[in-house]
Amino acid sequence: MKNKLKLIIIVVFLIFCFVIFFKGLNNSNTYIPKINNEKNIPVFKAKEFNSNNYINSEKIFEENIYYIVNIWASWCVPCRKEHSLLIELSKNKSVKLIGLNYRDNLNNAKKFINELGNPYAKILVDRDGILSVEFGAYGVPETFLIDKDKNIIKKFVGPINKKIVEEIKIIIK
Amino acid sequence: MKILKILLIIFLMIGLSPLKSDEKNKALKNKILKNVRCLICQGQSVYDSESDFALSIKLIVDKKINKGSSEDQVYEFLRKKYGDWITYDPKFNKNTYILWLLPILLFLFGGAIIYKKIIKKNYKKKL
Repeated sequence: MKNKLKLIIIVVFLIFCFVIFFKGLNNSNTYIPKINNEKNIPVFKAKEFNSNNYINSEKIFEENIYYIVNIWASWCVPCRKEHSLLIELSKNKSVKLIGLNYRDNLNNAKKFINELGNPYAKILVDRDGILSVEFGAYGVPETFLIDKDKNIIKKFVGPINKKIVEEIKIIIK
Repeated sequence: MKILKILLIIFLMIGLSPLKSDEKNKALKNKILKNVRCLICQGQSVYDSESDFALSIKLIVDKKINKGSSEDQVYEFLRKKYGDWITYDPKFNKNTYILWLLPILLFLFGGAIIYKKIIKKNYKKKL
């Protein structure tokens, strides 16, 4: 009786371990940090890409519309892939795109924009990556959707795709 | 001569104090960076990594420490941005209680088994 109980406990334990590891196989090995349901945008001062003037975050997000903050760099290959989708989004009047040029060479970044087009209403320079950390980003590309109350309501890690564009379009309608 | 010696000591102390504070800041910075996980490089701390993410975190930690932020304030800032996962030493909360309590429970369980075995052995010896 005692041996039987032991066997049952061992079998249950092994099944438990198997289920945990089997479920883990399907999980992505990249950890995406969860953001709070509503997180205010950080307060910051940043250099403008075209004019080299410094601008306050309040001034950047002053209109009562949705904003998309997209972190990009000319050296980032997936950024090229998503650029046409960003241009598509920029045609929508209820949203403004803000680009955050991440740890990039200014000349290369300008070439990138000249070659692929400029979907951004404003581009900010994040030479040392500190601004991206303020947004809670950890790589490029990364896209944040900001609502009219200036809260980050969505965060997309990696390049955006058509499905994400549709999702954004539904939210900003 | 004695005054000169005292003046020299004071001068050296004043001269060395910023150095000491720099060393202290550097030690604190390294301690924090070793306890912060590099989110894009698996199994590495920010201290060990040279990725863009790690370099940005190093800069921001440096900036915060130079501004006078404490160790806890820096961790709190990073947790706010990236969640508990960013530190190797997660706080006790509803998401991490299993992580904290499981070793204690296993320890108690193992202790109970050992205790039971010893009692059984002693009982058999008495017989």
